[in-house]
Amino acid sequence: MTVPEQPETVTEGERATDGAVDRRQFLTEALNVAAGAAPLVILGVVRIPAAGAQEAAGAVDQDEHNYAMGIDVNKCIGCARCVVACKTENDVPDDPEFFNTWIERYVIRPNGEVEVDSPNGGIDGFPPLDEETDLRRSFFVPKLCNHCASPPCVQVCPVGATFTTVDGVVLVDDEYCIGCRYCIQACPYGARWMHPEKHVAAKCTFCYHRVVDGLVPACVEVCPTGARIFGEVERLATPLARFMRFNDVQVLKPHLNTRPKAYYANLDGEVR
Amino acid sequence: MPQQVPRLIAVFVVALAALIGARMALVPDTFGDLGHYRAAAVDSITAHPKKYAGHAECSLCHGPIAEQRLTSNHRTVTCEVCHGPAAQHTTAPMDIKPTAPRERGLCPLCHSYNPSRPTGFPQIDEVAHNPLTPCITCHDPHAPEPPEVPEECSACHGQIARQKAVSHHTNLQCTVCHEAREEHKVNPRANRPSKPVQRSFCGVCHAQDDLSGERIPQIDLRSHGEPYMCWQCHYPHRPESG
Repeated sequence: MTVPEQPETVTEGERATDGAVDRRQFLTEALNVAAGAAPLVILGVVRIPAAGAQEAAGAVDQDEHNYAMGIDVNKCIGCARCVVACKTENDVPDDPEFFNTWIERYVIRPNGEVEVDSPNGGIDGFPPLDEETDLRRSFFVPKLCNHCASPPCVQVCPVGATFTTVDGVVLVDDEYCIGCRYCIQACPYGARWMHPEKHVAAKCTFCYHRVVDGLVPACVEVCPTGARIFGEVERLATPLARFMRFNDVQVLKPHLNTRPKAYYANLDGEVR
Repeated sequence: MPQQVPRLIAVFVVALAALIGARMALVPDTFGDLGHYRAAAVDSITAHPKKYAGHAECSLCHGPIAEQRLTSNHRTVTCEVCHGPAAQHTTAPMDIKPTAPRERGLCPLCHSYNPSRPTGFPQIDEVAHNPLTPCITCHDPHAPEPPEVPEECSACHGQIARQKAVSHHTNLQCTVCHEAREEHKVNPRANRPSKPVQRSFCGVCHAQDDLSGERIPQIDLRSHGEPYMCWQCHYPHRPESG
């Protein structure tokens, strides 16, 4: 009886000469590539966001925040004090086509037809209605930038001039914006406008300059009925948390998956 | 080394240098520090000057008035709603004064009747309500409770009053169907008026067997619209509109 022949073992040297790469060679070459790439990082071709750099941007610790707004449609009286305050606070031109926030009046006719108007954003009041014969229901809806968690405007900006801050506010860098208007087209809420003098895109900032100092946005400050509630999405024991707990809350155009952070309570199904 | 290799290396070095040079020239400072944007933009946006000081700032000096407002029906109306932006006033209190509107024009912005406003919000008919008199003659804006208890429910419930006025129920007083305690007039939401709860209430006038007269529509309460309550189909403030 003969012992079966052992299968031929391959030595280390032979495997290397086959054209395959052994572990030692692989590691050496990988390290060389990494060492070669390091100058690129240093020279700024590849950027790695710095973790500590965020603290310089504001007085409060912004990592902790995720700002949002609640709007109770049942409380809005259409006085448009918010629109006036916003225009004042943010130096928005007076012309009736530039608004960071505006009030829409919805009129549902008895036959179900829906009419929406917002003359001068609501600042000059609204034309009278023939309510006796021609009105099923009517209400006001404040509108503003929804500060989406998945903002289409940021997605389409070709230069990175519009962006979401670390605390969830969508802003425009007006020194870097090239004024291409692509974001104005992309916003499904009509919240952006072209600044007539600066020729850059402009929008609601949630009054970021106030918020970082612990104040509320100007529109929230002046809302006489408390229809607007400013706060943070996940912060407990706050007015916004209570608003979210006790209301049936909706967002505008949820089917677009923009994940808006303007939350509406008592919103009529006709509101777009 | 083949002779084309040094040339290729030279081309690559030049291309790389051009790329790096172009990036250094074109990509602004601080771009990419926080994300795909200029981090310095955040600083320039936060440097925007404030126009509205915020009500907390006002109460530092105007404590008693702020205190009074907080216990009144205007507790949610902050100072700068009526007085305008006051951030400059906080830095130069004596030189720059906020406005103090005394004419009739400001209050109707919120309080004139408008059918789109939520019902129950106090709304007046500007033409009928003490015409040409400035509001502050009777109402203290920091504690605007009416000087007299409103005689008419329509002072706040304008929409209902208007609908009832053109309906067959126009001659019915609100108190025929609703019982409102006195406290409702000063603290409305905590003391809501009563509403009828039974079909027999409407039956007092509208049941077949009552003696209210032929001009009032009468129905057989036992069969008509059972099991619904009358007001689930008929809007009592304007019954003919359904």
